[in-house]
Amino acid sequence: MTRAKNSIRESLGDKVFMAIVYITLTIALLIVLLPLVYIVSASLSSPSAVTSGKVWLWPVEFSLDGYKATFKNSRILTGYTNSFIYTLFGTLISVTLTILIAYPLSRKSFYGRNVLMIFIVFTMIFNGGLIPTYLVVQNLGMIDTRWAMILPQAIAVWQVIIARTFFQTSISDDLVEASEMDGCSDIQFIWSIVIPLSKPIIAVLVLMYAVFQWNAYFDALIYLKSADLHPLQLVLRDIIILNTSGGGQMEASEMLKQQELSNLMKYCLIVVASLPVLIIYPFVQKHFVKGVMIGSLKG
Amino acid sequence: MKLEMYSTALKQQKRKVSIRSNLNKAFKRHWQLYLLVIPPVLYFLIFKYIPMANAVIAFKDYNVVQGIWGSEWAGLKYFKLFFENPSFWPLVKNTLVLSLYTLLVGFPIPIILALLLNEIRQGIFKRSVQMVTYAPYFISTVVIVSMLTLILSPRLGIVNDVLAIFGLESINFLGEPGMFRSVYVWSDVWQHTGYNAIIYIAALAGVNPELYEAAKVDGASRLQKILHIDIPSIMPVMVIILILNVGNIMAIGFEKVYLLQNPLNLATSEIIATYVYKVGLLNANFSFATAVGLFNSVINLILLLSVNTIAKRISNNSLW
Repeated sequence: MTRAKNSIRESLGDKVFMAIVYITLTIALLIVLLPLVYIVSASLSSPSAVTSGKVWLWPVEFSLDGYKATFKNSRILTGYTNSFIYTLFGTLISVTLTILIAYPLSRKSFYGRNVLMIFIVFTMIFNGGLIPTYLVVQNLGMIDTRWAMILPQAIAVWQVIIARTFFQTSISDDLVEASEMDGCSDIQFIWSIVIPLSKPIIAVLVLMYAVFQWNAYFDALIYLKSADLHPLQLVLRDIIILNTSGGGQMEASEMLKQQELSNLMKYCLIVVASLPVLIIYPFVQKHFVKGVMIGSLKG
Repeated sequence: MKLEMYSTALKQQKRKVSIRSNLNKAFKRHWQLYLLVIPPVLYFLIFKYIPMANAVIAFKDYNVVQGIWGSEWAGLKYFKLFFENPSFWPLVKNTLVLSLYTLLVGFPIPIILALLLNEIRQGIFKRSVQMVTYAPYFISTVVIVSMLTLILSPRLGIVNDVLAIFGLESINFLGEPGMFRSVYVWSDVWQHTGYNAIIYIAALAGVNPELYEAAKVDGASRLQKILHIDIPSIMPVMVIILILNVGNIMAIGFEKVYLLQNPLNLATSEIIATYVYKVGLLNANFSFATAVGLFNSVINLILLLSVNTIAKRISNNSLW
């Protein structure tokens, strides 16, 4: 009798608890989602609707004027092209270098791997700082060249750790020994066995480096001077952040239309700049969660 | 048994072989691996270790003509200059307050999200929450700050429209020194909570199911299960993440702070990293900026090492 009573009371308490859990998670979901929905809706509305604050969660007076203007802007197009170039070549170089060091570090027979690991991880906890790094880039003659966007940040130590952990757990010692018996050289082994077996981790590395490159603006800010080398993120900053934080410059009424359009363009620009990343995101979400977990195995 | 004996004997034998012949043997058999690591090692030398050596200009009167090694020694002149600078304390305070605020809010919220997600069954709702909350991690800092600029704008922003509905006065979120920290921290929470929760979700998935069954038999409520099973189970992960966060206290990101900065909110938004950028690259005061940056890095390193030691003592969890 008492037992049954107990279980009913508990389940009631648990029911209330679960209701709180669902409500909290729903609120969290909305808090993350609504700003994104608002930005997209605004970008699809008419210039005057956005400026007069009529847009809430749904496009008002649907129009693509903002996008048309955005894609006519030559600065934005140049930025887009540059960002694609940096992302493509940056990712290629980063992934290659990461595998080149992560695989040897994963092999027990690689003598000196502990020293090498310390050599790498130390750069995570201590660095020379902004100016000393700038001086290196300057001495290499890379200021205001595309190389400055690709090389100084080429390897992320965290990605090396993730890749190394993956190789350690998925390429067994037996496999390595068997290949050695067959007279397979290390490079042959990496090319024909390790890489085909490591597609999931390579996907994670490509994703993480590509997103990092696409989103980067700091190196561009300090190393690039010519506007025609600027990546999209820097163009975005110039147009949106530097313009609005300066304060009001509303002028004559004939300017109003132009101003409304340039205000709308800001919303479109945000969508356009995040689109490549958000389009591939659902497809790679699984891989990337896996990547975080592989990394955490070590931690 | 026999196999074990063989292997211990083998190990002993291996130990006897000197380091030198080990190295020779390794080189002969795996010279290709050593060849492969040359480019990455060069990368670390050039872009990480040479800058560390270059940091010596903090102790020199650096000028372009004489170069890094040719410039005159200046001793601790630039460090003194920084410590006696009227902006020294405000900078340290701004950096610390902003980091501590981020840590205080940003550390527990992902844990709560993970614990809540762990309570509900696998299904569309759970997957949607995860998918949506991870997504902002991929949005760039520039886009986040752009969104803030638009949404929080005093004249056109939607947030002030909402405030107006409730009859509240419009707030200039980005122009008021008192609002800067909250805007920074809470937008950070918005962006990173989902991603930061992943590691705890993974840890919770690894909890032994027998523990839950035992708790069920004992008649424990869900809340009790969270308090007595879930939280103790993810404690090691929590400690590691905490160490990493504390170790980064002084290294709070330049990128977002710099973007959120404007002349109106400088009183709270000027931190060491943005100051280094301004005096160093914009005013070309290389030695002074390097000294400031070095001071920052060293404090950071000391913080990381001490937190790691403390964590090792009290909880047996540490980075190394």
